[in-house]
Amino acid sequence: MDQKHSVLEMDYIRKQERIALKNCGLIDPERIEEYIRYDGYQALAKAILQLGPEGVIEEVEASGLRGRGGAGFPTGRKWRSGYLAKGNEKFIICNADEGDPGAFMDRSILEGDPHSVIEAMTIAAFAIGATKGFIYVRAEYPIAVKRLQIAIDQAHEMGFLGSDIFGSGFGFDIELRLGAGAFVCGEAKALIASIEGKRGMPTPKPPRTNDKGLWSKPTILNNVETFANIPPIIRNGAGWYAAIGSEKSKGTKVFALGGKINRTGLVEIPIGTPLREVIFDIGGGIPGGKKFKAVQTGGPSGGCIPTEHLDVKIDYESLQDIGSMMGSGGMIVMDEDNCMVDIARFFLEFSVEESCGKCTPCREGTKKMLGILEKITSGEGVMSDLDDLERLGQIIKDTSLCGLGKTAPNPVLSTLKYFRDEYEAHVKDKTCPAGVCKALLQYTITDKCIGCGICKTVCPVSCITGNKKEKHVIDPSACIRCGACQEACPVDAIIKR
Amino acid sequence: MLEKILTEENFSALDELLERYKGVPGPLMPLLQGAQDIFGAIPEEVQSYIAEKANIPLAEIYGVVTFYSQFRMVPRGDHVISVCLGTACYVKGSQNIMDKISQAMGIGIGETSSDGKFTLVGTRCIGACGLAPIVTVNDDVYGKVKESEILKILEKYK
Repeated sequence: MDQKHSVLEMDYIRKQERIALKNCGLIDPERIEEYIRYDGYQALAKAILQLGPEGVIEEVEASGLRGRGGAGFPTGRKWRSGYLAKGNEKFIICNADEGDPGAFMDRSILEGDPHSVIEAMTIAAFAIGATKGFIYVRAEYPIAVKRLQIAIDQAHEMGFLGSDIFGSGFGFDIELRLGAGAFVCGEAKALIASIEGKRGMPTPKPPRTNDKGLWSKPTILNNVETFANIPPIIRNGAGWYAAIGSEKSKGTKVFALGGKINRTGLVEIPIGTPLREVIFDIGGGIPGGKKFKAVQTGGPSGGCIPTEHLDVKIDYESLQDIGSMMGSGGMIVMDEDNCMVDIARFFLEFSVEESCGKCTPCREGTKKMLGILEKITSGEGVMSDLDDLERLGQIIKDTSLCGLGKTAPNPVLSTLKYFRDEYEAHVKDKTCPAGVCKALLQYTITDKCIGCGICKTVCPVSCITGNKKEKHVIDPSACIRCGACQEACPVDAIIKR
Repeated sequence: MLEKILTEENFSALDELLERYKGVPGPLMPLLQGAQDIFGAIPEEVQSYIAEKANIPLAEIYGVVTFYSQFRMVPRGDHVISVCLGTACYVKGSQNIMDKISQAMGIGIGETSSDGKFTLVGTRCIGACGLAPIVTVNDDVYGKVKESEILKILEKYK
């Protein structure tokens, strides 16, 4: 009993509030009975038998729920526009193309509580008058695909999907569609193109998808986590939900804590919790006594947040104000051993590969930026490169067609803003302070050397010299910086800097 | 290599698939995914077969196949080694693991060894960031992989 008490008292548990992840890990996701046992499908019954379409929309509007895919568009307003859109056929799509590297909350919900998404989609369909839904899920998530299909079949058997749900005459069906590895398909219009069987490329807005979406019919798209919040909102009422969170952003958000942090995993916290609490109280700080350097939020669309902004209360606006974004909720912590220039290069490489190639600023601009960053990390940068990066980044943000391009420069711009000294060290001093950028590293043997000669034998280019029992020396001009000597040294006498 | 996959048996499985998606709106993605499961890849021969039977222009099919990173036109090796290059894995050193495998096997990212045994790929986040860095071999997942251990892990598949 005592032990249980102490576990619940842990910050990791105590500071979380689980709404979207409520059932994850508690119920058997392949048994609909267990979902029903935990109030499952009661919200759907309440929506259909008690609230009616307008009542549902009013409830979602009043809850203050905003899109959890990253952009934070008010869900209720989206549904109302779907409700008002004219058309004999409408669609509901669940965006389960969780592409941000470092975010896995949607996978967890799909695998651990698939019925919550199906129930929510059915409620949404009832509210806007849709008869058909699609879940567009990443092919990288085979277990999620399997469990979703089981859940859909079970919901059919129980009469929660199909024609005439709860004897109301309302009918709805859901079909799974698999992605094929294109990050841009997380963008609504690209995703729709992909379901239609085309290359996943976005098209200009307007028209918006709520007027002309899938097969040019009114379509409402929501993200997995957004949907997972719907059944509790309908069951417990908008007032209950709106009491959680910050003034502008209600409810909770799930974050995927990862990187250089003691307790990795998914954490669900009320919006408005300070970053510091998430990283140090819930996440338990940085392992190995290392120093915190930055936290990256929002994946390839977000930015790196330095120590000075750790007290920021997390919400859509506050993160944007400091050059990052909420995004889908990836939160990667970096310590003193991570090079910020290298991280910026890493994200840009991702954006370059994933750019669909349709609009010039994104296709060509990100490539140019990557080229400059590669120049800097290989020790050939000049100071004007930094200005070029800033200028180019701003132009790409202003002129790209879709969200991918508009946010792709963020990792570079935010690191340039907060870690300019690191860029300057690469350019002016030709050093990488974190010891990551290989071309700028130098391996040296310190006085700890016992002259055993092991390093000499493992060196692939024979650039180490020295007599037995005497200090050895590395010839930096021949060294290829493979690190084999450092790994082999029995007394840790070889350092890189 | 191609003769091995362009068998009558595979084409009749494809016929069944085409039959199943007759009249379904937007059938191309599931058709291609199904075809890749059957053949192990979607070579030109398969693309033009689908084009004719499903009445979709070959150019459109080719455009879609080359757009998505999971579609491939040549089959992969017996074992697929994927190193996760997502953010959490990257900050924990997955690039070094990738380099080590690449060097030891003499193949780059996306390449297959000359004996057709191994294909090395860099994957995007597989959503197991708590176990970073991650390497998967076929369906086996290895978490918290150390650079010094990786070659021993791969030894099992030789």
